Amino acid sequence: METPTDRVYSESHEWHKLEGDTLTLGLTQFAVDQLTDVTYVEMQPSGTGFDAGESVGEVESVKTTSDVYCACAGEIIGSNPALEDNPGLLNEDPFGQGWLVKIRVTDKSGLDSCMDADAYSAQLAG
Amino acid sequence: MLKSPLHQFHLDHGAQMVEYAGWEMPIRYAGIREEHEQTRRSGSVFDVSHMGRLSVQGLHAKRLLERACSRRIGTMDKGQCRYSLMCNEGGGVLDDVIVMRQDDDEFLVVVNAANREKIVGRLNAIVSERSLKLKLEDRTEKTAMIAVQGPKVMDLIAGVSSEIPTLKRYRFTVKNLMIMKLIVSRTGYTGENGVEVILPANMVPMAMKLLMKDVDPKDPNAVLKPAGLGSRDTLRLEAGMPLYGHELGEDINALEVGLDFAIHLDKTAEEDGEMFIGQEALIATRDSGGPKRTLVGIELEGKRTPRQGMAIRSGDETIGVVSSGCASPTLGKPIAMGFVQAGRVEPGSGVQVDAERAVLEGKVVPLPFYKAPK
Repeated sequence: METPTDRVYSESHEWHKLEGDTLTLGLTQFAVDQLTDVTYVEMQPSGTGFDAGESVGEVESVKTTSDVYCACAGEIIGSNPALEDNPGLLNEDPFGQGWLVKIRVTDKSGLDSCMDADAYSAQLAG
Repeated sequence: MLKSPLHQFHLDHGAQMVEYAGWEMPIRYAGIREEHEQTRRSGSVFDVSHMGRLSVQGLHAKRLLERACSRRIGTMDKGQCRYSLMCNEGGGVLDDVIVMRQDDDEFLVVVNAANREKIVGRLNAIVSERSLKLKLEDRTEKTAMIAVQGPKVMDLIAGVSSEIPTLKRYRFTVKNLMIMKLIVSRTGYTGENGVEVILPANMVPMAMKLLMKDVDPKDPNAVLKPAGLGSRDTLRLEAGMPLYGHELGEDINALEVGLDFAIHLDKTAEEDGEMFIGQEALIATRDSGGPKRTLVGIELEGKRTPRQGMAIRSGDETIGVVSSGCASPTLGKPIAMGFVQAGRVEPGSGVQVDAERAVLEGKVVPLPFYKAPK
């Protein structure tokens, strides 16, 4: 699986794609493979503010319930409506249609600690 | 890590492999839900080679198992399988097992992968203590075990054997197929009709070719597809079957689990040759009014999954704990099994599961959650 180069990655396997001050957040292929079949996704409601490194919601799978973290501070704009009826979309296309949540970034400095695609892939390989 | 004789088959079919009880096993291929639904609709092939297979042969084979097993062994016919527990002295559960009687003094015992060494140790301890004459052999790594489960499985097998589809539930037969000796039993862990097959490890490539010869697992309508441990767990949970480490354990009293059919408290040394280890403790439990907790089924509202260890509540009061939970593909809702204080609930009782992030409303239902249509 290719790791897209248009975004940055956290140690906890979220991807962060920044366009202007809008961030799209999702889980990596590696993360969803570890989770196995996703059964339910619940992100914080629109308007919720949070600091860098805080949980913005959770993903439930057959195996476990897992928090989702954002590397920078921001405010929830809205979560992916397609995942409500079809959480399996997260397994099928985690870097694309299976995105989790859109965020208005209030302080993007937290993203500096993230890895680019090469560094993230190297971490997985190591 | 131990590798199953089907390891290459799993890789060839795109399995996601995980560590399970010291074995590298497939958790899923196409997806856990898809494999679950395939099993309920048609048929699936599960590699269960990680399960322990222990052969007991000799003069005192029956006596050993009578001592180790909660269920009566001496009344078994040749060709019969019996589900039983093995208990510790306090009446807790060491393991649940299938005993197969191959001859008067010859048995095969199928145990859980995680408990294999413990059970071998227990059986050897009884052999020493009683000075029993028998041969105990761990055949796990020389053999493979494959479960073929689903409503269309017996029709498929009828194409290669006229005898196997006539086997009654919990009976087995030994088949010579070309140069292979197969033990085929009408048993399983999914709630569906089907068989489990034990065969020599070196015969696996040929056997899998034969089993899958008219089957293309890529065809959406394939009668049989490979399925992993993920769906095996959701299938057994819908079927209300206990799993060691969840509904069974050394600190769980055997009478709490609703398996009384497999616990013969009337075994005697005179009639049966042995009482079983744990029998006296379990008689004391029964005579003091029964176990303090019982295993129940719970159906829940919403989409969150109940997990092992979550509290079961009645209003503000904690009355039990979840032992297993999943989002049931067949019922389309979350389900759980759990232990609750005896006498506190009955089918229809409202209960809540504390999922930390949310409280899940539910009601107690009879087990199993799912029964295959006849």
